[in-house]
Amino acid sequence: MTEQDEILITPGMGARHYWRDLWRYRELFFFLAWRDILVRYKQTMIGVAWSVIRPLVTMLVFSIVFGGLAKLPSNGVPYPIMVFAAMLPWQFFANCLSESSNSLIGNANLLTKVYFPRLIVPAGSILVSLVDFFISCVILGGLMAWYRFVPDLKVLLLPAFLLMACLASFGAGLWFSALNVRYRDFRYVVPFLVQFGLYISPVGFSSSIVPAKWHVLYFLNPMVGVIDGFRWALLGDAFPVNWTGFLLSAALVLGILVSGICYFRSMERSFADVV
Amino acid sequence: MWCNPMPNVITVENLAKSYLLSHQSQQPYAGLRDVLSEGAKWLGGKVLHPLGGRSGAERTSQEEFWALKEVSFEVKQGERVGIVGRNGAGKSTLLKILSRITEPSAGSARIRGRVASLLEVGTGFHPELTGRENIFLNGAILGMSRAEIKCKFDQIVDFAEIERFLDTPVKRYSSGMYVRLAFAVAAHLEPEILIVDEVLAVGDQQFQKKCLGRMEEAGKQGRTVLFVSHNMAAVENLCQTGIVLDQGGVVFNGKITEAVKSYLNTFSPNTGGSDLAARENRQGNGQVRITDLTIVDSSGNRNIPFQIGAELFFHISYQAQGAVKNPHLIIGVYDLMNVGVTRFDTEIAGSLPASLPASGCITCSTKGVPLVPGRYQLNLAFISNGVMQDYLAAADYLDIIGSDYFNSGKIFNESDSKLTKVLIKHQWGITS
Repeated sequence: MTEQDEILITPGMGARHYWRDLWRYRELFFFLAWRDILVRYKQTMIGVAWSVIRPLVTMLVFSIVFGGLAKLPSNGVPYPIMVFAAMLPWQFFANCLSESSNSLIGNANLLTKVYFPRLIVPAGSILVSLVDFFISCVILGGLMAWYRFVPDLKVLLLPAFLLMACLASFGAGLWFSALNVRYRDFRYVVPFLVQFGLYISPVGFSSSIVPAKWHVLYFLNPMVGVIDGFRWALLGDAFPVNWTGFLLSAALVLGILVSGICYFRSMERSFADVV
Repeated sequence: MWCNPMPNVITVENLAKSYLLSHQSQQPYAGLRDVLSEGAKWLGGKVLHPLGGRSGAERTSQEEFWALKEVSFEVKQGERVGIVGRNGAGKSTLLKILSRITEPSAGSARIRGRVASLLEVGTGFHPELTGRENIFLNGAILGMSRAEIKCKFDQIVDFAEIERFLDTPVKRYSSGMYVRLAFAVAAHLEPEILIVDEVLAVGDQQFQKKCLGRMEEAGKQGRTVLFVSHNMAAVENLCQTGIVLDQGGVVFNGKITEAVKSYLNTFSPNTGGSDLAARENRQGNGQVRITDLTIVDSSGNRNIPFQIGAELFFHISYQAQGAVKNPHLIIGVYDLMNVGVTRFDTEIAGSLPASLPASGCITCSTKGVPLVPGRYQLNLAFISNGVMQDYLAAADYLDIIGSDYFNSGKIFNESDSKLTKVLIKHQWGITS
């Protein structure tokens, strides 16, 4: 028995060993994510089909409405590809939000019966959504092959933008999951926010059609930076990134993440009593 | 005291935990809606009465409830400690604090060593996953590493006796298999400190015995065990010392046999049965109503778990619209499988007068109730002139706990109760 095995339990404890515990419980984190993925794809047909059909249909509708009917510009790239390049991060973000906002409630039986850093529960939802993300990536690959579209070397920067999407989702997920425990009717707000976000984010259209006078407001949406980054990395210079706007988005992602962690940590202690 | 070589592994000092009881809503969590409307009300109040001061003070009244207060004790390495107390005495709260699931409001606890807490069997089991998958998942949840689980996998499967169903989703398991698997994982934890809550209440008796054995073994290997149970016989068997909690405080801490006695004394009178007079769920024509049933032993203890063979007295109070002619009372005793075990019946014993006053109390005295440990349901029937006046199913429960009924130095336990319902005192000898 070594000295470091000693645990001191007092009111307001935890902060000291939290990050070390987080590392210690990394296996549980993977196991929980593994469980969710397994359960999700257990009914294989429905599970996989769902993650294929949803982005495809949305892409189809957006291409027809925005590209076909509204005749919005697509800067020389096939409209479906332009939409799908944005669907990737957006679906990922939306999935993460809805998954993680319910994650704590869904794991209530665990929260009240065992100790582990609660942070790994919403974090696990990110991992689960990543699986869907990679399935969508394959679809995009197919779509590009169909249109004979070859991305240039900038595609190697994609992981950096994916990381940004992860951080944005994680930050927002932390806020929502904690709020959802505290205020049980918050779950009605999440689908609305996700739907609303779809229209103020450049999924169906490109950022180039947004008038400059709206830019400050527009780039306050952290997903704008992520989606623009994705388009730029995947589709090339036809979709230049507004780097000032991008930095604004990135700063906001960071802000959401840090505040999310702080809020989550402050609420975490009472989860077991409230959930 | 002489010097004890064993170090303290758990030191609890003045531990307290309070909950806020909101009198408005039953849920511990708030609705965003409520918060918003409260805020709007407050803001509205401010606008209408800008000088009105603290109109927001009249919000939902909240009351502090202390689930634990000033709890202090120490546990030495290798000690097996039983924590007993009635429902709501604070046992679970204490275990939750020690397992770091919830935070104390005051005080401190110092724990040395790796802790595994088992507050429920099968925590995190997922019905869609197979037995094999659940072993890994549950193991990880209980704090085992992947390598550790892999290494003990075969032992776990052996212990649970489910080899054939390893790749079947656990939703198709029988409840017995489910519990066996769940406990098998837990039984292979090798922490320095094991915290166990009432988990042995499930599973068949054969398996319960196996689990108790496993926990005893853990204690012998120098592990510290904290064990919560309502099964006094199991606690007495497994633990050396006991801590009795009542209303959030420690009322006794010492030898386990003394602790069990002290626990039985925490049952104050009149807490056992529900209010029979006010009960709606009853049958019969209602001209006579049973208003109370009290079970007392020969030393005057009421409504506690009684030991095997206790001389019990059943006091039945009733109220009628007039004198009761040709009364006939039955107390039916059923086990929890709803199998009749015995009955106390005025027609059999034949000792009631032909007419009873409009209200009163009737007592049924026994010379000892030799039922095996367990819980029994009591059904009451009050018949007059051959007509059912009042019938109460599950009027009360009778809890019998293990004791050295045969004065043989052995405690007859609930786990010995299989295939047995009644104990008859007997002796064995050699015929010359």
